[in-house]
Amino acid sequence: MVFIVSDSVVSPLGFNTPRNFAALLRGQSGVRQHLRAAWSETPFQASMLDDQALAERFLTGSFGDEAWTRFEKLLLLSVADALSQTTVRTDDPDTVFILSTTKGNIALLENGAPSNPGLLLNSPARKVAAFFKSPNTPLVVSHACVSGVAALLLGKRLLENGRYRNAVVMGADEVTRFVWSGFQSFQALSDEPCRPFDSRRKGLNLGEGAAAAVLSLEPQRAGQRAPVRILAGALSNDANHISGPSRSGAELSEAVNRAFAQSGVRAGDIGFISAHGTATPYNDEMEAKAFDLSGLNDVPLNSLKGFFGHTLGAAGLIESVLSAQSLRENTVLSTMGFEALGVSRPVTVCTQPLRQPLEFCLKTASGFGGCNGALVLGKSYT
Amino acid sequence: MNYITSWCRIRQNVVTANGQTVFEDPASALSGFLVNAYRHLQIDYPKFYKMDRLCQLGFLAAEVLLQGRILKEEYPPEAVAVVLANRHSSLDTDARYQESMNGIPSPALFVYTLPNIVIGEICIRHQLKGENTFFVSEQYDIAFLNDYTGQLLEQGAARAVISGWADVFQEQYEAFLYLAGQKQTPGSVIHNRQNVSALYGIVDAGS
Repeated sequence: MVFIVSDSVVSPLGFNTPRNFAALLRGQSGVRQHLRAAWSETPFQASMLDDQALAERFLTGSFGDEAWTRFEKLLLLSVADALSQTTVRTDDPDTVFILSTTKGNIALLENGAPSNPGLLLNSPARKVAAFFKSPNTPLVVSHACVSGVAALLLGKRLLENGRYRNAVVMGADEVTRFVWSGFQSFQALSDEPCRPFDSRRKGLNLGEGAAAAVLSLEPQRAGQRAPVRILAGALSNDANHISGPSRSGAELSEAVNRAFAQSGVRAGDIGFISAHGTATPYNDEMEAKAFDLSGLNDVPLNSLKGFFGHTLGAAGLIESVLSAQSLRENTVLSTMGFEALGVSRPVTVCTQPLRQPLEFCLKTASGFGGCNGALVLGKSYT
Repeated sequence: MNYITSWCRIRQNVVTANGQTVFEDPASALSGFLVNAYRHLQIDYPKFYKMDRLCQLGFLAAEVLLQGRILKEEYPPEAVAVVLANRHSSLDTDARYQESMNGIPSPALFVYTLPNIVIGEICIRHQLKGENTFFVSEQYDIAFLNDYTGQLLEQGAARAVISGWADVFQEQYEAFLYLAGQKQTPGSVIHNRQNVSALYGIVDAGS
């Protein structure tokens, strides 16, 4: 069995998991209006880390005098915090690092040549793994917005096949002009705080942040927070369109059903769904169809995009970590921005934090390239 | 036991299928070579011209790999996985997109600034709906990717896997794909690290 033995989230709402969780319970969002004159004359909504707060936080750690990029600082802060709460050692040959990101150090392309070696996604992974004295080559998953879910599933599989006993899964992405302009060109951005699953939703907000989850075969390596099991996971492809989701949701549903079959958990056992819920018209509609096909209509569902924006390659990891914390706290988080159901299938969108006994949850993600992912997490009683 | 039933390699302007050369175009730069290979193979798929070069390369390698085989009729579509890796992610197109930001950025270009889009293009073309993952590594890590591919097959996450390497950056490029699955065919070899290395190396020695 594979356990999340410690974790961390770094976002505008806080620099560790409990602080982020508390902010979400209070209904606090990181999304606000920003203006970047070099990007556009029009302000935009996004969840972005304040440079000064980040710099101050970074000074409280001991990260040496290496020239870290901002992206790498996000990774370091989340990994260091997660490692401070577990006895898993990163200099152990049984521990591997896995990076989840879509664009890594893409900010370096703004003012530099494409041949800058820092742009290779392996570069930040190697630097961070080396800083923590890892003797192993780190692995990098770059699979659009499914990256975080895919990286956790990879970690689980590598531990199960005996290749490693522990994995540090870390993920981050930044809001850069590159990413902002691309989503803007797709007309995928909302000019208001986003409204997942809502009838008035009109697009997503970008976000930046990082998360880390330390996986281990040994639950006793957890610190004060209880270990959470990763029971099963599956990925699928729509085979329909590279930039639009499936019309039927059948492929996401297929991934969910495969994860259920592997875990032995049934739809009725799931305490809540942490959906992808980007608040674009097509994504949320596809997800609602998938949940309907998998018989999950009555399961409380949330999207955390209204709190964090869409953090791309970090999203699946940030949301999985907070789902694990929800299980520990027996509290389903709410969906910031949601008011009235705006999808064609009945799903139970959670509007207020819901305290109730929880055993299992489902985390899903979908992304460009037609990819889908599903993970089943569960409480651990060891 | 799982078997490699076919493989394809594209590098140095030569396309090989199962070790046999199917197309050569030594004089062209990468963009021209990819289009010439597409024409030579007599593929009718106009979307090819909209793809970025990483997708064109991976698409061509998958066409040669499958050579008219209809994989979704051999296996359930959701049981066929595609697991690819490369060194440069989508950096070749990222650089183009970055330049285009000085004008009006194009969503048709931006979508290719993710490396897994090549998997999406292969899945659309062949109607494959199984597991997908895109890895980025400094070089083709046969030990890791072979083990992961084997694990997907052995644990039942997939019954067939298109596995390999597809990398493009400026004029540097290389693709090596193989199809591994439960079914044995004439000429197939057992799926293991040694055989993958040998197939990758044999082509290497011959070029």
